[in-house]
Amino acid sequence: MRYLDEFRDPKVAEILVQRIISTLVPHQDYKIMEFCGGHTHVVHRYGFKEILPPQIDLIHGPGCPVCILPISRIDQAIALATQQNVILCSYADMMRVPGSQQQSLLTAKARGADVRMVYSVEDALAIARSQPSREVVFFAIGFETTTPPTAVAILQARQEQLTNFTVFCNHVLTPVAMSALLTTTADSAAPVIDGFIGPAHVSLIIGSDAYRSVAHHFKKPIVIAGFEPIDLLQALNMLIEMINQRQFGVKNQFTRAVSTTGNVKAQQKIKEVFTIRDRFEWRGLGWITKSAIKIRSQFAAFDAEERFTLPTGAGQEHRACQCAAVLRGQKKPIECALFATACTPSNPLGACMVSSEGACAASYAFDRARILIQQRKLPSHDES
Amino acid sequence: MPTKLSLKHGRIDLSHGAGGRAMTELIDQVFRAEFKNPLLDQLGDQAIIDPLPAQRLAFTTDSYVVSPLFFKGGDIGSLAVYGTLNDIACAGAKPLYLSAGFIIVEGFPLSDLKRIAHSMAMAAHAHQVMIVTGDTKVVEKNACDGLFINTTGIGVLDDHFLPSSPQPTDRVVISGDIGDHGAAIISQRENLSFITDVLSDSAALTPLINLILTASPSLRCLRDPTRGGVAAVLNEWAQQFRVGFLLEESALPIKTPVRSACELLGLDPLYLANEGKVIAICPAAEAERLLATMQQHPLGQNAAIIGTVTSDPQAFVQMKTRIGGTRLVDWLAGEQLPRIC
Repeated sequence: MRYLDEFRDPKVAEILVQRIISTLVPHQDYKIMEFCGGHTHVVHRYGFKEILPPQIDLIHGPGCPVCILPISRIDQAIALATQQNVILCSYADMMRVPGSQQQSLLTAKARGADVRMVYSVEDALAIARSQPSREVVFFAIGFETTTPPTAVAILQARQEQLTNFTVFCNHVLTPVAMSALLTTTADSAAPVIDGFIGPAHVSLIIGSDAYRSVAHHFKKPIVIAGFEPIDLLQALNMLIEMINQRQFGVKNQFTRAVSTTGNVKAQQKIKEVFTIRDRFEWRGLGWITKSAIKIRSQFAAFDAEERFTLPTGAGQEHRACQCAAVLRGQKKPIECALFATACTPSNPLGACMVSSEGACAASYAFDRARILIQQRKLPSHDES
Repeated sequence: MPTKLSLKHGRIDLSHGAGGRAMTELIDQVFRAEFKNPLLDQLGDQAIIDPLPAQRLAFTTDSYVVSPLFFKGGDIGSLAVYGTLNDIACAGAKPLYLSAGFIIVEGFPLSDLKRIAHSMAMAAHAHQVMIVTGDTKVVEKNACDGLFINTTGIGVLDDHFLPSSPQPTDRVVISGDIGDHGAAIISQRENLSFITDVLSDSAALTPLINLILTASPSLRCLRDPTRGGVAAVLNEWAQQFRVGFLLEESALPIKTPVRSACELLGLDPLYLANEGKVIAICPAAEAERLLATMQQHPLGQNAAIIGTVTSDPQAFVQMKTRIGGTRLVDWLAGEQLPRIC
C-alpha cells in the first residue's frame, strides 16, 4: 500500500498551518464543524488542537454511526439477540453501546445471547449459510458508506434463496442530518457553525453535489476532505477562505476519490433494495423526517423488523449523559459531568464514549492530558 | 507391551488424559521423546532438582491460547517456551527450568501435537533450558479450541541488574519493529494477502538481553511488550513510577505492511503484541551505546530510540505526532484482538 506518509508529511503540514494562520482575519473566531466521526478521530489522533491557532474552534459533529443510534434501537437489537434461535451479528463497537438500564449487546452475550462480532455483512452471510437451522440477523448501522454492502448482501441472500438471513436496518442519510442540525426547533437552537468539513467516505458514495441544497438553503460553506491530516489541513484552509469571502456552496478537497456524482452503481444498489423512511429517531437530533432508509417491501423476507416482533419503548438515557448536546455540537465532551469520571471507554455511559470516532472517546483517548490541564488546572506537563 | 502411537494419523482421545496406559504412552512417545532430559526421566509427579546457586530466583507463569496454533514465524509450542523465557530474562535472570501443562481437546491430531512438542524442545534446547515436569489433560469436544499450553519457569538472577525508577530525560529504546506478531496473527486470521510477508517476531530474548545488561550499566527497566503492546508497558511504568513518557511518532520503527494492515483494520501498532522485542529505559548518556549494541545483534537490528521519560505527576504517556501535535497514548480500552498469545 502506498500513500502512508505522503499525506502525513510534517513539512507539508507546517506549510499548510502557516497558510491557515496567514489566512485568518485577526480577532475573528471560526466555528467549524467536522461532521464526520472519522475526521474527529484524525483531529485528536494527530493533535490538531495544538497545531492550530485558538481562533479555530473545531466542533465535533454527529457523523458517528454508533453514536447517533437512539437507545430504543439498541434495546431492539438486544431484544432481537435474546430471541430463541437467533444469532445477532454486529460490528464490534455496537456491542458495547449502552441501551436502557446500561444493558448492552455485550451484557446480553454474557447472559447467553448468541451475539457475534463481524467485520462485514459478508461475515454474517457466511454464518447464515453455514448454520441453516439458526436465524441470523445482521445489525446494520452506518451512513451511506456502509449501505451499499448491506444492499448487495440482501440481493445475494435473495439470489441464494437464504431463508434464515435478515437485516435490522439502521442506515441513515447524511445531508438530511446536516439540514436538521442547522434547523432551530422548539426543543433546541441550531448551533453557530460558520462552515463544515464534509465527510470523506460518505461523499465517495453520494458525490459532492449531494450537499449542494443544504449548503445553499442554509448559506453555509462545505469543504469535503479526505481522512489524512494533510487533507484536513488543506480543507480547513479552503474553508477559512470561503468563510472570509462569505462564500457558500460545496468545494471538494478530496478530489482523488470523490466526484460530483459519486458512485452511481452503489447508489443504484441502494435504491434497488431500500426506500426512504417517513422518519427516524437520532440520538441528540430527535425524530427527523426522511432521514433514514428501510428495506423495500419486496425484500420483506430479509427485513428483521418485518420478521420479528420488536419492543417499542422509548428507551432511557443515563440522566446526566450529555451525548445529545455533544452530538448537536452544543457542548464539548469536557462539559459533561460524567466525562472521564463515571464515563470512560472501559465503562461507557453514553454512546459517544464507545466508538473511536465518538467525540468523547476520541477526546478521552488522545486529548485527555491537554483537556484536564486546561480545564481543571492540573500542573502542566514538564518536558524536561 | 506398550502400543506404538500412530503419530501420523492418530488423534487424541479422552483416554490420553485419563491417567492410564494410554496417557503413559502419550507422555513417553511424544513429550519425553522430545523433551528428553534426566530430570524428566525421573518420571515422578514432580522434578527433583539440585540446589540452585545462592542467588535470588525469578519465577513466572504464563498460559498460551494463541489462534491459529501454527502461524507465520512460529507456533504455540515455541511461543510457550520463548514467552516464559522472556519474562524471566527481563528480570535480568538466567532461565533454567520450565514446566509444561497441556490442555488438549479430544480429536486433536497427534501429528500436530508431535510438531508442537518438537518445536518446544528445539526452543528450549537452543537456550539451554530444560522442560523438567509437565501435565496433560484432555477435554471433551468444544471444551477448548485445539490446545492450550501453560509454562512456568525458574531462573537465577544476575545481581548486577537492579531495576530502578525511570528519571526525567531518560530514553526509551525498543529493540526493533513494532507489532509484527500481532500483524502476522491478524493477517492469517483475516486472510490479508498484502501482509503475507510479515512473520511473527516470536523469539527468545535471552542473548539480546545479556548484551543490553552489559551495554547499559545504569539500565532502569526492561520489559517485553507482549499483549497490549508498547502502549501497555509504558502506561504500566508511568503508573508504577509516577513519571510521564513522550514518544516521537516519526521515530517508531514499524514495517510498512504492518502500518498498512493497521490503517485498513483501524488498529494502532502501539497496541499490537510483540513476542520478540524488548523495551529498555536507560539514562540519556547511555542511550546511544545501548542502541548501537542492540543493533549489532540480529534480534535488535532495527532498534530505535523512540521517546523520553518526562516529569509528569499525572503519569500520562504522550506522543509527538508526525505533523507536530501531541496526543495521549492511553491504556487500551477493551480487547483489540483476542487470543493473540
